[in-house]
Amino acid sequence: MTPLTAMIAVPTQLVHLSTVDVVIIAFYFALVLSIGWYLKGRANTGEDFFMAGREMTAWVAGLSFLSANLGALELMGWAGSAYQYGILATHWYWIGAIPAMLFLALVMMPFYYISKTHSVPGYLKLRFGESSRALSAISFAFMTVLMSGVNMFAMAKVMQIVLGWDINFSIWASSLTVAIYVTLGGLRSAIFNEVLQFFLIWAGALLIPILGLYEAGGWSNLKLQIAQRASEQYVHLWAGLGSFNNNPMGINWVGIVFGLAAIISMGYWTTDFLVVQRILAAKDIRSAEMAPIIGGGFKMFVPIIVILPGLLGLAVLPEKLVPESVAAVSGAHSYNDVLPLMMARYFGPGLLGLGVTALIAGFMSGMAGNVSAFTTVWTYDIYRPLINKQGTDHHYVNMGRWTTVIGVLISVGTAYLVMQFASIMDYVQALFSFFIAPLFGTVVLGMLWKRASSAGGFWGLLSGTLCSISMWTWVKLDPAALRYVALSPHAKGLAQDMYQALWSFIACVVVTVVVSLATKPVPEAELNGLVYGLTEVPAIGDVPLYQKPLFWAALVAVVFVVLNIIFW
Amino acid sequence: MTDRVSISIWFFIGISLAVDGALILAAGVYQLLSPPIHPAVVLFDLHANVWWGALLLAIGLIYCFRFAPKRQA
Repeated sequence: MTPLTAMIAVPTQLVHLSTVDVVIIAFYFALVLSIGWYLKGRANTGEDFFMAGREMTAWVAGLSFLSANLGALELMGWAGSAYQYGILATHWYWIGAIPAMLFLALVMMPFYYISKTHSVPGYLKLRFGESSRALSAISFAFMTVLMSGVNMFAMAKVMQIVLGWDINFSIWASSLTVAIYVTLGGLRSAIFNEVLQFFLIWAGALLIPILGLYEAGGWSNLKLQIAQRASEQYVHLWAGLGSFNNNPMGINWVGIVFGLAAIISMGYWTTDFLVVQRILAAKDIRSAEMAPIIGGGFKMFVPIIVILPGLLGLAVLPEKLVPESVAAVSGAHSYNDVLPLMMARYFGPGLLGLGVTALIAGFMSGMAGNVSAFTTVWTYDIYRPLINKQGTDHHYVNMGRWTTVIGVLISVGTAYLVMQFASIMDYVQALFSFFIAPLFGTVVLGMLWKRASSAGGFWGLLSGTLCSISMWTWVKLDPAALRYVALSPHAKGLAQDMYQALWSFIACVVVTVVVSLATKPVPEAELNGLVYGLTEVPAIGDVPLYQKPLFWAALVAVVFVVLNIIFW
Repeated sequence: MTDRVSISIWFFIGISLAVDGALILAAGVYQLLSPPIHPAVVLFDLHANVWWGALLLAIGLIYCFRFAPKRQA
């Protein structure tokens, strides 16, 4: 969600590590390899290797689900966005995540779980047939592994800039470590390391807002200082969203509510297999429903370690940070440097090592997430149905291990390609975004509308994707076209993402409905376990109120509403 | 039948927090006893690495003991 090209051009090395910092980083690498080695004996069957044995508790699945999205580039990018746009960046953590997570838990997860699918494309196969799965699986698999390479290069560049590390060393050290521990332990290994990353990120980053608020003199004083140095709009979530030109982001509430919350975040959190795979590994349906709710509960507090450091940077950093384009010319620090700058400001020996370890852990677990999702989709949704249908379970596990290595090598290759042609970054990011909104339209219609036919699902998915590509190309060729896509001459870049998603979702839904009504419906007998109204969701059992997913979802929803009102 | 040791994810997290906490605490205590003439960080007087390191060490040890590996038949 953050422009990656914006991360690559910082001028000087920001921090210097002491011996104890290096020891902490080395210990992290040793620990993750030990975890992979320990888990190698528990990844012998397909169910073990690709689905972590479907035995994860709600807590492990939930924290892993959240961590898969809590990468280092996300942390640094959104801290930079908070410096640039103020508290508006919090929308990507609250309304741009919480409703979608609760929707996944209460509405969609039962269908994913009951169908016992291995993947989101696998669900499309069950619901709409092989052509929809092939379209979704092939696009997801290759975009995921390319995205992993783009992230790898961006992170290696960040390590070069922040720590002065050689870019080749960063790429190969991180990719080999990830390849070893995922090849050994499969999805279980990736999930274990994601949970570890979750703790390291909080341990490494929570001290910044604590010390920052102490230095700023508390939240009230912080708001006053931000108002003086930037604008009062920087500390309001909704008050400036009445129009495009009344807030630093150049977006309005329609884009945030209908583009971000209703489409983009719904698409990402409910159909992106990278995150959904973590929930599919849950041990039972109650755990599968509780996991996104637990993830949502913690997600609401991630702005403390991401957005707040950006806001604190506005108030306490003596220098004025600038856009990347200006930083590249002037030598000043850019917005995206705010998190490392705040670390350097407060963190002495040891703490700095922990902070850097948190960033490395975030990057490596994100890469492991990409690679494990790629491996599963390649093996189960491309290789098995299209290339070799007769293989044994052992054969597919071996294919999974080899695919892990090959996926990492493709990522490394992509990273070096990006090193030569930086503009590839933006293209790969754009390619990835083309599929999210239409895929959500197809999956949600498939789950909630039994009349959706196989042809309707396929043509809807294809039309929505083409609609997204067309709008992106239109604005790329003629930037002035953004006023038509976003319906306002005052719209800025982020508004394009929101409205592009909205239109492509609408195109997908309209085409799916029209084609479905004109073609033969899927027999109801084949939709049992896949569609609302034809599926008996197993009862969770006679458990106390505090163990019911609905209770915790309601609690998370109440806190979500209260937080939005407090920071209105 | 051989016994195998089952290690919980929470034990690994305990190890990680305990070791990192101990190292940070040690670095903080060293700086407390031999403070630099020109501290490189703001709010150095709060000695954050001492109390933050101690907190991580305590949480890590609690996790290590609570989720210590058990032998399973």
